[in-house]
Amino acid sequence: MKISKEEVEHVASLARLEFSPAEIETFASQLSSILEYVEKLGELDLAGVEPTAHVHEIVNAFRDDVVTPGLTNEEALMNAPYPEDGCYRVAKVIEGE
Amino acid sequence: MKWELVVGLEVHAQLLTDTKIFCGCSTSFGAPPNTHVCPVCLGLPGALPVLNRKVVDFAIKVGLATNCTVARMSRFARKNYFYPDLPKGYQISQFELPILEHGYLGVLDDGGAPKDIGITRIHMEEDAGKLVHPETPGADYSHVDLNRACVPLLEIVSEPDIRSTGEALQYVKKLREILVYLGVCDGNMNEGSMRIDANISVRPEGQEEFGTRAEIKNVNSFKSLEQAIIYEQNRQIDLIEDGGKVVQETRLFDADRGITLGMRSKEEAHDYRYFPDPDLLPLVIEDEWVEAARDTLPELPDAKRSRFRSQYSLPDHDADLLCQSIDMADFFEEIVTLHDDPKAASNWIMGYVLRDMSKDELHSVKDAPITPSHIAGMLDLIKAGVISSKIAKDVFDAMWATGKEAKVIVEEKGLTQISDTSEIEGIVDEVLAANPDEVAGYRGGKTKLMGFFVGQVMKASRGKANPGLVNQLLKSKLEG
Repeated sequence: MKISKEEVEHVASLARLEFSPAEIETFASQLSSILEYVEKLGELDLAGVEPTAHVHEIVNAFRDDVVTPGLTNEEALMNAPYPEDGCYRVAKVIEGE
Repeated sequence: MKWELVVGLEVHAQLLTDTKIFCGCSTSFGAPPNTHVCPVCLGLPGALPVLNRKVVDFAIKVGLATNCTVARMSRFARKNYFYPDLPKGYQISQFELPILEHGYLGVLDDGGAPKDIGITRIHMEEDAGKLVHPETPGADYSHVDLNRACVPLLEIVSEPDIRSTGEALQYVKKLREILVYLGVCDGNMNEGSMRIDANISVRPEGQEEFGTRAEIKNVNSFKSLEQAIIYEQNRQIDLIEDGGKVVQETRLFDADRGITLGMRSKEEAHDYRYFPDPDLLPLVIEDEWVEAARDTLPELPDAKRSRFRSQYSLPDHDADLLCQSIDMADFFEEIVTLHDDPKAASNWIMGYVLRDMSKDELHSVKDAPITPSHIAGMLDLIKAGVISSKIAKDVFDAMWATGKEAKVIVEEKGLTQISDTSEIEGIVDEVLAANPDEVAGYRGGKTKLMGFFVGQVMKASRGKANPGLVNQLLKSKLEG
């Protein structure tokens, strides 16, 4: 499967990543060769094989609905660059008009 | 041209678990910001989510109550997007293989005919945090509170089967009632426990294919839902009739102005790049689990209404109101167990209990100052002729104010109805003696004055005279 430069740019912008044109070329060719390699799986006859939902054979890990201690407000904000009023301060977010 | 409205609804219901969906942080409302948080819900590196079993339990119940198929195997997926209220950069949700599919709820169309609104799917997911925009004018920042991050939600997605605001309202009301009956959601739309996104489009009547839809977010009350649908329907029709085209987009409902507004911020946001979350194991639900959940289901609203109509011979209106909550339905049935007069019990609930609950802003009758035995005790006294229905209204108010039983209030206030003929006769004589003109008038043919005499006697007895006896005595004295 061939990955175009436009697809790399699109995914990069969704991931908020910025690349030089040269890097985009490189990634397009690298991603293409990775996907081509994975396409080898298509050569197998998988009729009647259930899709794998998870690499482990195990299913169902649960916790009970019981409150356990978490972090204090100070601990939670310890690495925040701009803690304020017990909150994380971020650039202004507005919706609408 | 005649246009047809097409609506599909996505309802997000916050589940009443004690802890979050993937960690042990409390879900209680109103705590100081960022105090119900841990490495998992903050998305700190290396922290791993573990599914809360109760969320699955709740989901299965909702599925059974909405006629869904419970998937034997389902799994969680990451929905990737950037927003400051989403610490991990993805929301854990379900995409392929949701836990529930292919359900429906019955409503009545605008012509009164029954129809089913399909439920495409119901899936489990985590909520995002809350953004607080400071009131300070000119503030160029927002605050993030992550207490709500990772709180469990069910997203209930309907088919685009809804054709009118009436159907949309019924569907959401039914859904809300079921969630509250099951005890899985408090249904409180003001506090955001239920949030609605509406997919709205229009098409020329008779056309098979759907028109382009707009997704309206932030619809958080029944009134908003109705307003948003009407506004959006008209906006789209006007747009098309003026030669324009509806653009597929996300719009925000502005409840203050009753309009929808385009959003500019999320141009590419709809490319969520879902993929299975490798941190969570597939969820397998065996039949035994489903059957165990089925055994715990309460009688559901529709079944209860129909039973109330047949078992207690109640009119539709009564059954409808009484069954709006399990608490009220139980309250009613307990009264009837103690005093077997369903219609009287229903009348007192609809007339007085609901009135005072709304006056005191009580959500549940369980929080009321009176119990079923209060009402039953009062009904016993009316039936035994100890108090009249008129006095009973005062007794009811006193019960509500003090929490005392009817019998106690009647004794304390001396409200016992006077059924002693000689005592009433004395009052009647006094009234007649004090109003000779009216007596003459009555005897001269103005029989309408009877009402006046009854009123005077009741007043003199402070409402306690047995009205039947008063009438009988007045009649015999005036005409005898």
